[in-house]
Amino acid sequence: MADKLQIAIYWGAACGGCDVAVLDTNEFILDVGAVADIRLWPIAADGKYKDVEAMEDDELDLSIYNGAVRNSENEHIARLLRQKSKLLIAFGACAYMGGIPGLANLTTRDKIFDTAYVDNASIEPGNHKIPRPETEIDGKVLDIPAFYRRVYRLDHVVDVDYYIPGCPPQPDQVKAALLAVVKGELPAKGSVVGAYEHALCEDCPRTRNEKKITRFYRPWEIIADPDTCLLEQGVLCAGVATRSGCGARCPTSGIPCRGCYGPAPGVVDQGAKLASAVASIVDSKDPEEIQTILEGLPDFTSFAYRYGVASSLLQRSHRP
Amino acid sequence: MTRKITIDPITRLEGHGKISIFLDDSGAVEDCYFQIPELRGFEQFVVGRPLEELPRIVTRICGVCPASHHMASAKAVDGCFNDEVAPLAHKLRDMYYNAHFIHSHTAHFYALAAPDFVLGPDADPAVRNILGVVAKVGLEIGGRVIRVRGLAQEVQRVIGGRNNQDIWCLPGGVAKRLKEDELEQITEWVGEMYDFTQFSLQLFRDVVLGNPQYVDLILNGPYTLDVHNMGLVDENNAPNFYHGKVRVVDYEGEEICKYEAKDYAEHVAEHVEPWTYLKFPYLKKRGWKGFVEGIDSSIYCATPLSRLNVAERMATPKAQEAFEEMYGVLGSHPCKALLAQHWARLVEMVQNAETLQGYCADPEITGEEVRVIPQTISGEGFGIVEAMRGTLTHHYTCDERGICTSANLIVGTTNNNAPIQMVTKKVAEALIKPGVEPDQGLLNMVEMAFRAFDPCYSCATHSLGQMPLEACVYRGDELISQIKRNC
Amino acid sequence: MSFEPTIVGFLCNWCSYTGADLAGTSRIHYAPNVRVIRVMCTARIDPTFVLKALHDGADGVLICGCHPGDCHYSEGNYKMMRRYPLLKKMLADYGIDEARVRLEWVSASEGQRFADIVDDMTQRVRELGPSPIKEGLARDMAER
Repeated sequence: MADKLQIAIYWGAACGGCDVAVLDTNEFILDVGAVADIRLWPIAADGKYKDVEAMEDDELDLSIYNGAVRNSENEHIARLLRQKSKLLIAFGACAYMGGIPGLANLTTRDKIFDTAYVDNASIEPGNHKIPRPETEIDGKVLDIPAFYRRVYRLDHVVDVDYYIPGCPPQPDQVKAALLAVVKGELPAKGSVVGAYEHALCEDCPRTRNEKKITRFYRPWEIIADPDTCLLEQGVLCAGVATRSGCGARCPTSGIPCRGCYGPAPGVVDQGAKLASAVASIVDSKDPEEIQTILEGLPDFTSFAYRYGVASSLLQRSHRP
Repeated sequence: MTRKITIDPITRLEGHGKISIFLDDSGAVEDCYFQIPELRGFEQFVVGRPLEELPRIVTRICGVCPASHHMASAKAVDGCFNDEVAPLAHKLRDMYYNAHFIHSHTAHFYALAAPDFVLGPDADPAVRNILGVVAKVGLEIGGRVIRVRGLAQEVQRVIGGRNNQDIWCLPGGVAKRLKEDELEQITEWVGEMYDFTQFSLQLFRDVVLGNPQYVDLILNGPYTLDVHNMGLVDENNAPNFYHGKVRVVDYEGEEICKYEAKDYAEHVAEHVEPWTYLKFPYLKKRGWKGFVEGIDSSIYCATPLSRLNVAERMATPKAQEAFEEMYGVLGSHPCKALLAQHWARLVEMVQNAETLQGYCADPEITGEEVRVIPQTISGEGFGIVEAMRGTLTHHYTCDERGICTSANLIVGTTNNNAPIQMVTKKVAEALIKPGVEPDQGLLNMVEMAFRAFDPCYSCATHSLGQMPLEACVYRGDELISQIKRNC
Repeated sequence: MSFEPTIVGFLCNWCSYTGADLAGTSRIHYAPNVRVIRVMCTARIDPTFVLKALHDGADGVLICGCHPGDCHYSEGNYKMMRRYPLLKKMLADYGIDEARVRLEWVSASEGQRFADIVDDMTQRVRELGPSPIKEGLARDMAER
């Protein structure tokens, strides 16, 4: 067992897409199997938590953690894997930035609870029961993880060695990252790997000219020209504030980028940059006209921070 | 003194879960609970978002079946825009979706389910996985599985731009058309995919049906429940995964109800238990009666087997042959043998492939008009599709600007929460006997109960729960501590 | 002991910083709560600066620039004018009270006006109390 790399792949508050991204490396996963023992990978293999608990510290050469930290189990396993692993990679937008689950940071637990268990179209009439961390039935104790007040990134709870961005990361990058670990060719700790050092626009096939926007359009309000920059046509595209590496599949297909690879290098707050970029192309000097133009972008905040509320400077709503 | 065995986490499925088994003094199973520990809150945090963004947000409910959510969401969004959709878009979406089914069913059958059958349920856990399967069946077969699954995803990528986390549906239709050269390529791939569906059926015959112990396990084992079935059907009561009416049939074959998407809340409601974050759907008109089997039960399954149980026929000829073969062996239609779900998946794949072949031969499929610009907003929409794992419902309301004001989802696997709870307990009781120390092989056989359902708990647990919180910690009868929060 | 807000002020060099200077040389008494950061133009103010100030503990952020049409660089203040509504929307969605971030046009001759703005904003933020952000984020890291 000691000759092969010992690895774990785990999911926090995740959707499974990052695990599928690993499976999407196709034949490569067989090569991985040849050089590595996968000691924990709940989607595909039968390792259990007790197996990880029984390991020595640093027994794992590599742990890949995808998904955000939403509850006590997510955090507990993150800490456990950190303890048992030489290297820990935050894999995918959720581990790196909080991801789509991070949108929950703009609302409250109370509201979310209410919607799930009390006030919805299909809940059992008169329901008063709500899930809780401990339930006792006839002397038997049943426990489920405690729900946190907000979503955290992986590096909010443990020390992270590398980040692989994307929702999900592209299979080519998964391969490259795993090979880098196998060969010991890793960059400085804390680096973002598996993506480029520039914004998406550079890799987008659409032509870009000067942008002067007098009206923004929601993607369904127009049939956009397939060859011209979407933002230039008034369709909000976050590519201008997003790190490249995904292959620009979305804008190539006529769908605007929503920022899943996270901020470009050096950017502290992705949403602030998108706000800046969008504002800079508004073609007006009249305050009322500017207001009208910007009203063509309802709910701008969820575009600014679609994948990164937990990673923004403010991280969550601070409503009292 | 009660002893507790915990299987944690459950594995070879999508999502988080654990099984808590309580043994009495003699070592018999006293009780068993299937607990889902995860939630995220989609139904709440999509409120306030422009409707057209929802099909791209809800794909993150599940990264294994994002296309299911994308389609159900797109249909609910369509409803909010008064169903103004380019007709060609519906065809293309159905085409895309059938390709997704092949990808997902292949992944489940070979990566998640096959290890139990190809290697055996009590094989060494270190090899009881896709890598072990490939090692056993050989690289030629393993390579073919990987290739066909990849092709199915490629079909999605060519048609819709991405092979995961779908982006392609918009109010009014889809974002791009299918070009002639793309269609040529897809047609070639689909031929290969069709052959693969037949190959998979043959593999099932050889490995599973050719093994009398497995056949016995399927037909006579404890993996069976007297509960009802739900699935989406077309006007001929044949399965349609993208559009149709929801049909519920009891396990003796009598129709209980058949409804349109907009009426779902009259027929299905969700029950809550405090020991799991996942709700338990049940037939509303019968009321919640508990985890109870029987002809009057309000519990139903929504699975590939359920879809075939509610169907009177398949929609395509070769699939029909496979359907008849399957039920011939199973002995009755509907059939309650839950492990037969693995077979049902393979039968469905034949229909998926034939449907794709049909679209490849459709001269209109490369048409230009794939999207219209909707002119009106109705304020409410319902979208029901069959996810691979069961009937998936998205229901949205919006304001006059098309901003989401509410979202309610009943997700594929959620439908099966009660059946999974019940059959897991049943199997645990049947396999864990006094005097027998449950080893990993035995516990894996308990896991096989849920695994047949191809669960997707990230899907099921889209919604975030709890807030008033009271925790009581007991040891025996003694209350050790009590923590209250927000109540 | 009552709460005294800390307000970070981004003032453009040509108009509003000079206007603030004028308040000083005119010996106008006004609230001392604004910590001034001089930028050459409000165009320089990335929304990140405002968010960072709040993140680091500022109870409020004041932005002052030249009146529209008077920008030393012709159009710099229009860029701020376009960013501001988006920034306000984001702040509102993050639950930050509207009075904590404010944009005003102050000319070089408007010393009294500058003083009045600072007094008014300081009073409003004093009434709101300390910003919950820095302490809230620290508490998030300590307890779940």
